[in-house]
Amino acid sequence: MNKKIRILIGKPGLDGHDRGAKVIAAALRDAGFEVIYTGLHQLSESIVEAAIQEDVDIIGLSILSGAHMTIFPKILELLKQKNAEHIIVIGGGIIPEEDIKKLLKMGVKRIFTPGAPTNDIVDYIKSIIR
Amino acid sequence: MSKDKWKKKYSKRKERDINFSNLSKIKINPLYTPDDNEDFDYDKDLNYPGEYPYTRGVQPTMYRGRLWTMRQFSGFGTPKDTNTRYKYLLKHGQTGLSVAFDFPTLYGKDSDDPLAQGEVGKCGVAIDTLRDMEILFDGIPLEKISTSMTINPPAAMLLAMYIVVGEKQGVPKDVLTGTIQNDMLKEYQAQKTWIYPPEPSMRIITDILKYCSENVPKWNTISISGYHIREAGSTALQELAFTLANGFTYVDYGIKSGLPVDTFAPRLSFFFNSHLDFFEEIAKYRAARRIWAKLMKDKYHAQNPKSYLVRFHTQTAGCSLTAQQPENNIIRTAFQGLAAVLGGTQSLHTNSMDETYALPTEKAVKIALRTQQLIAYETGVPNTIDPLGGSYYVEALTDELEKLTLEYFDKIETLGGVVPAIEKGFFQREISRSAYEYQKALEKKEKYHVGINIFEEEENVEIELLKIPEEVEIDQKKSLNKVKEERNNSKVKETLIKLREAAENRENLMPRILDCVREYATLGEMCETLKEVFGIYKEPIIF
Amino acid sequence: MELLQRFLKGDKPAIARVITKIENGTDPKLLEEIFPHTGNAYFIGITGPPGAGKSSLVNAIVPKLLENNKKVGIIAVDPTSPFSGGALLGDRIRMNDLALNENVFIRSMATRGSLGGLASKTKDIALVLDAAGFDYVLIETVGVGQIELDIAQVCDTTVVVLVPESGDAIQAMKAGILEVADILVVNKGDRSGADRLILEMKFAFELRDEKINWQIPILKTVAIENQGIEKLASTVKFHKEYLERSGEIEIERKNKLVLRVNELIEEKIKTHLHNYIIDQKQLKKMIDKAYERKITPHYITDEIVKKMFLKKEV
Repeated sequence: MNKKIRILIGKPGLDGHDRGAKVIAAALRDAGFEVIYTGLHQLSESIVEAAIQEDVDIIGLSILSGAHMTIFPKILELLKQKNAEHIIVIGGGIIPEEDIKKLLKMGVKRIFTPGAPTNDIVDYIKSIIR
Repeated sequence: MSKDKWKKKYSKRKERDINFSNLSKIKINPLYTPDDNEDFDYDKDLNYPGEYPYTRGVQPTMYRGRLWTMRQFSGFGTPKDTNTRYKYLLKHGQTGLSVAFDFPTLYGKDSDDPLAQGEVGKCGVAIDTLRDMEILFDGIPLEKISTSMTINPPAAMLLAMYIVVGEKQGVPKDVLTGTIQNDMLKEYQAQKTWIYPPEPSMRIITDILKYCSENVPKWNTISISGYHIREAGSTALQELAFTLANGFTYVDYGIKSGLPVDTFAPRLSFFFNSHLDFFEEIAKYRAARRIWAKLMKDKYHAQNPKSYLVRFHTQTAGCSLTAQQPENNIIRTAFQGLAAVLGGTQSLHTNSMDETYALPTEKAVKIALRTQQLIAYETGVPNTIDPLGGSYYVEALTDELEKLTLEYFDKIETLGGVVPAIEKGFFQREISRSAYEYQKALEKKEKYHVGINIFEEEENVEIELLKIPEEVEIDQKKSLNKVKEERNNSKVKETLIKLREAAENRENLMPRILDCVREYATLGEMCETLKEVFGIYKEPIIF
Repeated sequence: MELLQRFLKGDKPAIARVITKIENGTDPKLLEEIFPHTGNAYFIGITGPPGAGKSSLVNAIVPKLLENNKKVGIIAVDPTSPFSGGALLGDRIRMNDLALNENVFIRSMATRGSLGGLASKTKDIALVLDAAGFDYVLIETVGVGQIELDIAQVCDTTVVVLVPESGDAIQAMKAGILEVADILVVNKGDRSGADRLILEMKFAFELRDEKINWQIPILKTVAIENQGIEKLASTVKFHKEYLERSGEIEIERKNKLVLRVNELIEEKIKTHLHNYIIDQKQLKKMIDKAYERKITPHYITDEIVKKMFLKKEV
């Protein structure tokens, strides 16, 4: 009964656009999740290591810098290397449709684009964790 | 008919069931009349354009003398790619350049830095050394064009590169015109591109102020930016209040460093957002001019009328664009651009419809530029100055924003000023809260955004997108390596050591940075050198 | 490999998973299994008012504790929102320098159900890190009201962190600080008011009349600039040596076990009381009667407690 959904919200890369990440983090908290926020300008390695130590159910990455095709594959690869493939990876940001298709194929579970209501994100996470 | 009679009639009828307040949460009345501007005094509150307190505009002629500068922010890929785009824009009637740098450059990192991986040339052009800057402005005569560079922690380095490119083209420093953003305060508050802690950052900024007032007199040394504060989620009121508070803080620091206010204040310029609520935006620009003028005169005792002026660039709101029904963004941008012009902007960037997906394509950029040209050449709006001056509504709103801004100033003052308030997380918290409240308001349908929470459609968006090929990063690293092989490395080392000494000894950094640049020191090398002296800034925990 | 085996080998994913299981209470046997492996770590508490720079201090001091090949486990506790039950855990932001160090393990925790105090589970998780072979276990938490007492109850050395700005908070905390601090730190010591605060605290400590062998040191730091950190680390180590040399560590740790047992008894009774004993319908009836002034609250209490002790199973 004490089980809480734990999610890590990460801002990899160099862009400082944390408005979305913070709005989502606050919305997830208000939905009863435990949200670990690692801050700006994070290396993929740090994000994966944090996700493992925090034993999160899910990693949500916010990327608005156009580096998504580099960062998502790297995170997935690191999770694999560290036997942590059970951690689900989702993302959000400025990501074109054709890249979304590729990312989903690689193993990213879902990408939310700008304008997605926070409720949808909450409901989605609840539906996949359990 | 009396007002009371009308009020009675009005109250008997039904209003639409929506929230009639603007984005700053100011309640909007159904009607404004002379009662709402009771103490109105034309000479004191408005006066003529180009006259104190400049509410109606900073020049006597405004757009009848010269249109605003159409300046599309642009940059991507390698310097060569961007150079091609600049030539395209100039050919289509753009009148100034505005450089967008990629994230590693903005953050003072070279293209081969581990944190730069995947980011090189993505959101702007990659600049590592003077060589890149030479390519970027190849064939573009710097004496004929004004250039705005959106750059903050490494502003001194990029300005130095621009100056040296000028030298190589044979253009003297005192002829160069343009702007560096160089506004670190809003970085800590909103945009979050930082390297050093606030105090050394302020020192670098005052070094630039000093150097330019003596050597590059036509350069706008700081573009005090509300744009990013707004994009990070603030309201119009917060954008206005925080931006002006930051501006006054630069004035304080400039004076503290020993510069008479009139030597640098005329070179301060501003950069505002233009968001969805049309009249609120117009009132914001007008209030900004009036507040700045009043305080520069009464509090800072500036003598030169140029010190009183809020000259500003406007960019339409990127955060208001939608990925849904992206063509609607053209229309949004048109309204926002119009608001900026009605508010008396000096230059304007209109966003492209596809920017929620990627950097804009040539076609999308051209439509955005044409939008400005339509406002300029078809609508008749520029034919008269401050056409909304005297509107009961706009004047009341301008007054209200002024009043609320002064209240914010008091709050900041009680926190010890802007820098201590940053350290206490005041602005960051205010902005985060507004962003979250706005999102909640959308989700509760208290505010509408077409395509997001009203008139939604199932759609398959198909638009052409600009792709930055992965080769850009490889090519950029290659050319960086080549520069490193060809330059005189012992000279580079020598100039970097001198830069370090200047930082330690509180000497003006600009001449040292220019020396480093001339020897093709990389941006990363220069920033790392200063880090050793200044330390690095760490993000506070604020939600 | 079994989870426990991997855990005892220091495998980080296994440590993380054991913590989760203990935190969620999904595997009651687990604590029993790891308990024999505990007792080796030295527990350090870092507490103080919000904004005192506790995370930055942890970030700065840990490298000193890591010297001589030591391993450090960190538990960063933040409050759970009483409205949603969720939490925003941001302490990692300030500990980025440690994120990739293989001898460091950081876990963020929300207080969850515990009212006001340090999560009772925090204490068990400290044991988990102890069993996992960390030489030092740091617990970092906001000190308001109850918590600083709680943290001192688990830790061998409790460091209370203050900043010049937290004047009012300090007044409120003074009694608590005096009671729990083994070391007092004035962080952001380069700001105005720091020296005055140090004087004030020195004065407050001098007023204590009890005979105490450990003189509480008051140190000045600027954590983000690494100033005063060396001294703080050596003071922590000095306190450790003092406890060991004087034999106080054994007495203290036994005392702490007593307190822990008492606390667990209380917890268990409370849960039991609420889950099984108190018949809500009956309680409501009695409350109505009390409202009509027919019975006293004391009477109701006696009735409930009597009933509880008649139950056999706990």
